Amino acid sequence: MLRLEKRPSPSHAWNYATPVLAVALTMVAGGLLFLALGKNPFEAIRLIFWDPLFSETFGAYSRPQLLIKAGPLILIAVGLSIGFRAGIWNIGAEGQYIIGAMCAAAVALWFFPAQSLLVFPLMIVAGALGGWAWGMIPAILKTRFNTNEILVSLLLVYVAEKLLAAAATGFMRNPQGAGFPGSRNINQYASAANHELIAGTGLHWGGVAALIAVIFAYVLLQRHILGFHVRLAGQAPRAARFAGVAPTRLVLMCLGLSGAFAGLAGMFEVAGPARLISIDFNSGYGFTAIIVAFLGRLHPVGIVLAGFLLALTYIGGELAQFMLGIPGAAIQVFQGMLLFFLLALDILSNYRIRLALPALSREAR
Amino acid sequence: MSQPLLSIQGLTKRYPGVVANSDVTFDIGEGEVHALLGENGAGKSTLVKAIYGLIRPNEGTMLWRGKPYAPHAPAEARATGVAMVFQHFSLFEAMDVAENVALGMDNPPPIRELAARITEVSNAYGLPLDPARMVGDLSAGERQRVEIIRCLLQNPQLLIMDEPTSVLTPQEVDILFRTLRQLRSEGKSILYISHKLEEIRSLCENATVLRLGKVVGRADPRQESARSLAEMMVGQTLHVPSRQRGAMGRVLLKVDKLSVASPSAFGTALKGVNLTVHAGEILGIGGVAGNGQDELLAALSGELRAPAEAVRMDGTPVGQYGPTARRAMGLLCAPEERLGHAAAPDMSLTENALLTGAWREKLVTRGFVSYAKARDFAERVILRFDVRTPGAHVAARALSGGNLQKFVIGREILQRPSVLVVNQPTWGVDASAAASIRQALLDLAQAGAAVVVISQDLDEILEVADNFAALNGGRLSVPRPVQGLTMDQIGLMLGGAEGGNDAAA
Repeated sequence: MLRLEKRPSPSHAWNYATPVLAVALTMVAGGLLFLALGKNPFEAIRLIFWDPLFSETFGAYSRPQLLIKAGPLILIAVGLSIGFRAGIWNIGAEGQYIIGAMCAAAVALWFFPAQSLLVFPLMIVAGALGGWAWGMIPAILKTRFNTNEILVSLLLVYVAEKLLAAAATGFMRNPQGAGFPGSRNINQYASAANHELIAGTGLHWGGVAALIAVIFAYVLLQRHILGFHVRLAGQAPRAARFAGVAPTRLVLMCLGLSGAFAGLAGMFEVAGPARLISIDFNSGYGFTAIIVAFLGRLHPVGIVLAGFLLALTYIGGELAQFMLGIPGAAIQVFQGMLLFFLLALDILSNYRIRLALPALSREAR
Repeated sequence: MSQPLLSIQGLTKRYPGVVANSDVTFDIGEGEVHALLGENGAGKSTLVKAIYGLIRPNEGTMLWRGKPYAPHAPAEARATGVAMVFQHFSLFEAMDVAENVALGMDNPPPIRELAARITEVSNAYGLPLDPARMVGDLSAGERQRVEIIRCLLQNPQLLIMDEPTSVLTPQEVDILFRTLRQLRSEGKSILYISHKLEEIRSLCENATVLRLGKVVGRADPRQESARSLAEMMVGQTLHVPSRQRGAMGRVLLKVDKLSVASPSAFGTALKGVNLTVHAGEILGIGGVAGNGQDELLAALSGELRAPAEAVRMDGTPVGQYGPTARRAMGLLCAPEERLGHAAAPDMSLTENALLTGAWREKLVTRGFVSYAKARDFAERVILRFDVRTPGAHVAARALSGGNLQKFVIGREILQRPSVLVVNQPTWGVDASAAASIRQALLDLAQAGAAVVVISQDLDEILEVADNFAALNGGRLSVPRPVQGLTMDQIGLMLGGAEGGNDAAA
């Protein structure tokens, strides 16, 4: 019989081992999934994890994509992780990402076609403010009416998607776009464009912002009293109140911060890789970032690693879709399995498995 | 004595890295009340768990009336005739007494029949209990009766009681002891675990003393003094807290008509609480748990806000201040619940030192934490209060209850409070550690601080406090000087009507 026994202190070794183990298990289970779909599992796994980086055919295209995809994932996940540490569950980063992008696009479209160095910084501010404001809705509802932020933030994603569709087909539509949905191409508007900073690397301002966010979060959590209060509130809410942490302020801070980071990610995306506001502008970064945050152990450095890994599954997933005809949903299942295995394995940090054979222990006596 | 009821021979239980019981041997006779004495971590719980079939020992044998006895599960122990009343009750508040009793039985009879038997047994043993009442409405003493009656219904030969009086009023203790003596006169045996030595002296005829898992002494408690028993337990000369009564200074803490609602659904609101504590004074607040102790501490610590004028600290109205502002003024608190309230279980002692020491110990400059300073502070607490731990990096939950309590109290005392409020400062702490905590509280008052000790342990209050007040249903009695106060008066102040009425019923 297997028994779970609580460890006196959480195991550090397992804390680091579980993400790796979860990835391995996901490969096995994912392989079985692809096998069930009638595809060669080894080829699929190779296409997802290996070819985007090392294949001679695809590498040149895929490698820059890695930074392009990892940037927003990391930026959003870092913001989310601070809230998750405090036990504040912002599940609606996707919505904050959309609103941030729309606010930034609005600034760009307002100034178009004026050339000014102020446009890009203003877009950054607008993107952050937009995401922040969208995050404040669940925050204020929670602190005022004690609503559940998980539900409110999640449902606001669908509201944001409706607004996005309305913008793309209505008030932000390109007047010179021959009636097609979608805004002007912001990436071709020099003052507003988020250019690739070093050619061929995929690095744009979003990647720089993600790096700054990682450093900011690291310092906050490891060195600052506010970060201590965040961790305290997540682990022992009553002790946090005793220590003088005001729960209301913490909710406002965490949802505001994660919203602003998601909004920034949306801003860099719309002015860069996505180029414009379109109906299908959002591609699930806000949700995948939740996986990134947990896979990275809610730790800034871990999130960087996890961000690159999930970016790889995005790129490799597209490759597998293209090469093997694996359905797109299978890739999402694959990503979901990663989170599933991780959370399931997490029990091992706090519990150890004991083999309890009745016969054996009787003998020992 | 003829053949003993239960004979324990060379029992050893090892856990990874620690031997909880080492070669423990003793007998419990038929109709004997046998005391098991020992500090926290001496191995008392492990031993009774082995007797009750919750764990299996690595070595040694047990004989039940001369026959081998090795229970694999509590059900087997119960079938043999062993019953146990745990220190922490396992009752469902939203169910009535009979339903709770049924849940703990192996083959419960129909509920109506069971209710009749509960009434019968409760009358027979002088433990009045209405089977139809909701457990949520019962006092701690009554809840314990539910557990005892659950055991008695199985007609046990050996009843194990783990710290049964820690939550009872003096009157309830009297009722319990009458019941236990009646059980003994019927030839039943009782294994009685307690650290209250006076109780053991009045109840038990044999005592086995454990220290660090080994039997270090056997005694007839009636022939020993409480002090000699305690020294046997601790293995050294016991330091009894001492104090000189100094003159009291000005009023440092004044609570005026404090009424606040409880944040929890099962809590007790405070109703017009008045109290005054002077510099150099220790005010003891007694009362059975759940009468507003947690709420009073929260209202004083700042976790619960009150009208500004309701709480005054050295003349300044602080009712609206939060915990941080009150701490800055020198009003410090140590709550009862160590894990999760006073300390974060999964955080290290260094981080837990930071939890309340951040500002007063200047562990934070311009918002940035100096973990080196926090570790220094934690290590000072560990050293000064003799906290047994491998180091400040250890998670709080890895410490034993007593050691964590020393850390939590020490953390506040080392911050030189001008007012200190503690709730259950020595709950679950062994005798020598309790003595050192009480001494520290006395020293603090001696040095001019005002101290409020909220406790359910009356002996503790009588030992340290200058004045005594009782908390009952969220109301605080008028404080009276401890000197000259009798146990009967105290019982009445605690709302003694409860115990008295029950005894007559």
